[in-house]
Amino acid sequence: MLLVNRYKCGYCGACVGVCPAAALELVETWIEVNDDCISCGRCTKICPLGALELTKEAQA
Amino acid sequence: MKCDLVVVGAGPAGSMTAKVAAEAGLNVVMLEKRQEIGDPVRCAEGVSKAALRELVEPDPVWVSAEVKGARIRAPDGTEIVISEDRAGAEVGYVLERKVFDRALALDAAEAGAKVMVKTRALGLLEEGGVLTGVSAQFVGESLKIEAPLVIGADGVESKVGRWAGIDTALKPKDIETCAQFLLLDEGIDDEYCEFYLGNEIAPGGYVWSFPKGQSIANVGIGVLGSKANSGTPVMLLREFVKKRFPEGKILEMMVGGVPVSGPIETTTADGIILVGDAARQSDPITGGGIINAMRAGVLAGDIAAELVPKGEVDKTSLQVYEKRWRETIGKSIARNFAVKEFFVDLTDDDLNRLTHSLDGIDIAQLDLRGLLKVLVRQNPKLLLKLRHLIV
Repeated sequence: MLLVNRYKCGYCGACVGVCPAAALELVETWIEVNDDCISCGRCTKICPLGALELTKEAQA
Repeated sequence: MKCDLVVVGAGPAGSMTAKVAAEAGLNVVMLEKRQEIGDPVRCAEGVSKAALRELVEPDPVWVSAEVKGARIRAPDGTEIVISEDRAGAEVGYVLERKVFDRALALDAAEAGAKVMVKTRALGLLEEGGVLTGVSAQFVGESLKIEAPLVIGADGVESKVGRWAGIDTALKPKDIETCAQFLLLDEGIDDEYCEFYLGNEIAPGGYVWSFPKGQSIANVGIGVLGSKANSGTPVMLLREFVKKRFPEGKILEMMVGGVPVSGPIETTTADGIILVGDAARQSDPITGGGIINAMRAGVLAGDIAAELVPKGEVDKTSLQVYEKRWRETIGKSIARNFAVKEFFVDLTDDDLNRLTHSLDGIDIAQLDLRGLLKVLVRQNPKLLLKLRHLIV
């Protein structure tokens, strides 16, 4: 599962731009994740602040 | 609510579209999901003087500083200096985007557009397979805005294109992931924009210092997404600042993603036009997007004003937009994409060698294209793959 640390997030929307499933949305100052997330991890790697994390269960 | 044109996003692309379409007589509604226009900033704020002047009269309230040129520093410290009028689209003025973006929205409003802030588009409206507008949320309340044509000016995180079936998702190699500090330091060069190259400094990107006057600058970094890992940009920027500006005081922190994908396959659908970062129209080498976004906005506004009254807003009719932007801004975007694809894989030795090859050559008056030409002439083997691009 994708976790967003909203205390770290700079709400820039870079993650939304790379999401291949269109599962993310930037709403003012937070990121929303919907059920379409495929846990690909693309967003976690490009987040400039490292605010996104995939939990291990979902990666397996 | 009913209108002729809905513009989603009130950045430079959206505001220019709204202004031009409203001036031509369309009833325009422009939505901005944030409660403020222009904030938070996700930009280094550099822009060419000449290019900007063709689009809007410069106003001292939103120009932070003017620069004399650009210094490009190779990994080994060798420098190239280019004068302002030649350095291309991202050098000349350093703007105050928080004020600039609002001023452009004000221009659109004065031209007759209705501006709605804290209003987020949620999806497209359809009737019998035909687009009829957008559903939105205005300060938390549902709202339907009917219009035959929707402009997606909704930035790097664009949704409008995706709702219409255009795949705008950026591959990691097609985005620069960026961080920036507004930095106060005595060592800031108030007269030049600086670019620092190197695979250790900024893999697949560069570090910049764009002065805003009185020893303050936007000091930032772009790292190619495919060479980045979680949090890389902020980490590398902190390292750079610690070395280069150890006493520097950080007054603001900004982050963002910049499309460097080159022209995407399509930027239109039935009843839809994408402009600016939403259309991935930022420059793949410099990352600059303001001028291209504004130019695309002017084209889209003109075309909307021409086609909406005739009811011709299907994808086929909108090909005129594809044609016009690809023939103008699209040419340099395509060329610079090819150059970027090549440059991101150069080693530090390559970058040093290229810089040294300019020793004794007067390059102060060259633009980016001219500079490339000289580089190819001086380094025929290394830059063999770029020869065809520079005619």
